[in-house]
Amino acid sequence: MRKYKVKKLLRPLANAWVGVVTHKLRSLLTILGIVIGVSAVIALMSIGKGAEAAILTRIQTLGSDLMLVTPGSSMGAGGVRGAFGSATTLTMEDAAAIAEKVTVVSYVAPVFSRNLQLIAGNQNMNAQVAGTTPEYMNTYNLNTSSGTFFSDYDYQRGARVAVLGSTASQTLYGDADPLGQDLRIGTIIVRVIGVLASKGAVSGSPDNMVFVPLTAMQQAVAQQRTARGEQLISTISLNVTGAENTEKAKEEITSLLRTRHRLAEGAENDFTVTSMEEIATTVSETMATTTMLLGAIAAISLIVGGIGVMNIMLVSVLERTREIGIRKALGAQESDIWIQFLIESAFLTFVGGIIGVILGWGVTFLVSNMGSMPTLVSADIVVLAVSVSVGIGLFFGFYPAWQASRLNPVEALRHE
Amino acid sequence: MIQLEDITKVYPIGNRELHVLRGVSFKIEKGELVAIMGPSGSGKSTILNLLGCLDIPTSGNYHLDGQEVSRLSRKELALVRAQKIGFVFQQFNLLPRMSALSNVLLGLDYAGASDRERAMESLTVVGLADRASHRPTELSGGEQQRVAIARALAKRPPLILADEPTGNLDSHAGDEIISMLTSLHSEQQITLVMITHDPRIAQRCQRIIFIKDGTVEKDEKVQSEEAA
Repeated sequence: MRKYKVKKLLRPLANAWVGVVTHKLRSLLTILGIVIGVSAVIALMSIGKGAEAAILTRIQTLGSDLMLVTPGSSMGAGGVRGAFGSATTLTMEDAAAIAEKVTVVSYVAPVFSRNLQLIAGNQNMNAQVAGTTPEYMNTYNLNTSSGTFFSDYDYQRGARVAVLGSTASQTLYGDADPLGQDLRIGTIIVRVIGVLASKGAVSGSPDNMVFVPLTAMQQAVAQQRTARGEQLISTISLNVTGAENTEKAKEEITSLLRTRHRLAEGAENDFTVTSMEEIATTVSETMATTTMLLGAIAAISLIVGGIGVMNIMLVSVLERTREIGIRKALGAQESDIWIQFLIESAFLTFVGGIIGVILGWGVTFLVSNMGSMPTLVSADIVVLAVSVSVGIGLFFGFYPAWQASRLNPVEALRHE
Repeated sequence: MIQLEDITKVYPIGNRELHVLRGVSFKIEKGELVAIMGPSGSGKSTILNLLGCLDIPTSGNYHLDGQEVSRLSRKELALVRAQKIGFVFQQFNLLPRMSALSNVLLGLDYAGASDRERAMESLTVVGLADRASHRPTELSGGEQQRVAIARALAKRPPLILADEPTGNLDSHAGDEIISMLTSLHSEQQITLVMITHDPRIAQRCQRIIFIKDGTVEKDEKVQSEEAA
């Protein structure tokens, strides 16, 4: 009896296979919607996941213990938040105070940056030029691929030297060796002493930037001062001593700067402290949402594919009315007929799902190789896509199967 | 074996009613070979459908093999068909995508007795053991009908119903089929009820029930020695 039950499931499966093979073209067209849907889901999700992973990796290479202090509030209560860097509240003295008083930070680098026109020979470009201290290199985990970063000595004497990000170097000098070359930045001419190793193209990446000693920057661009005579800067980048100290550092910096900026109790911060961890979380969340959205759009084609399967199953039931009548005359229960058609429809979409996975994988592979876009095919998406397509087969096969099972045997046998 | 008591069957046609059977009663004993004859539209096919538990009567009682089956649910009717009835149709009604053996096996499947050897045995009885793997389209009409007989026989049902089994065959193949059915009947003591238009075939049965206008017109034993 048990053997019989196993056969009860295996035989329809074999029949379903025979059905698919005998109607090759029809089966293929039927499952096309499922194939496209599944491959779209796989490809989009894989590309999305890949992009997310790549961005997170790049953020991590900047150093997960990196922390940025920027002017302006991130939580404008109802007010319109000013553009990044438009508020001018951070000063050189703030940076010095953080270095001196906050215990859980290691390196602190004030950054005074502007977008400036750069001219090298007959090449010119507009890039962000950052005047900073040598400690900047430590806060961002930077390495030079050739030459050196500027030294404390360069900083103290306001040496007119520059270190180029890898992209900036490529734009200005191409494959030529930039070391020792002259570079005009705004009104001053500096000598290139180093080129940074690439960090990957994240927005605000050092790759596109040019670094000069802050003291040299002051010669190119007039630095504004606050009412109290402190020199205004764009950002402060700093390193926390260990990830566990992130919150502590944030609190200490906030309270220190509030005191220094003489903010009243309850007044909003006029600066923002952001850790790389927070940025990573935000990016990751945004990417996840985008990926889900792409997946949802692709899933619509799965639904449409399901309706196609239902259509064909209804036709198939009609076509095989006589077969159903014969089976019933032989003593088939309604459940036997029902299971048979349900298995056929689920089998059809299962095959569609498998083909879709292979196709989606192929598309993903092409995208990552030709478009040099990072991709990540994860097993859970594959399993999900295949089980969803089987589920669609069961769902949309339900009504046709039910209809088949309820056919009157006398009428079904009479059907031509 | 079979006992019909005052069976009626009414089909609604639009808002009118079509009385196909108007009180049919007869008994068929175990092991009998009975022919049902009658003009087209007399209701003989409806009787066969009722006998085969494909349908239930509007009123009246039907005892089959000690069981009252006239009020059964669809599920119970399917079970009775699976276990007690073997059909042989005019159109053969084999599944075209399956081999002869698979077709025979299918009948056993639904009877809950999936057994390859038994199916093969049954094909051997009808002389088609060497054609077991052939599909219906690769077989002649007579051979297809023999596969259908093998399918009906395989589960050893107490009752075999044949609906004009020679209707789609030439006279030679038809004779073969009738000879096979009658000899199987006498060898295996099967109860066999056959609908036919052909008086020659009816004469080879033991008894003929004539149906006309939804009632039994005549019910007589066959006098000829051929039935013996």
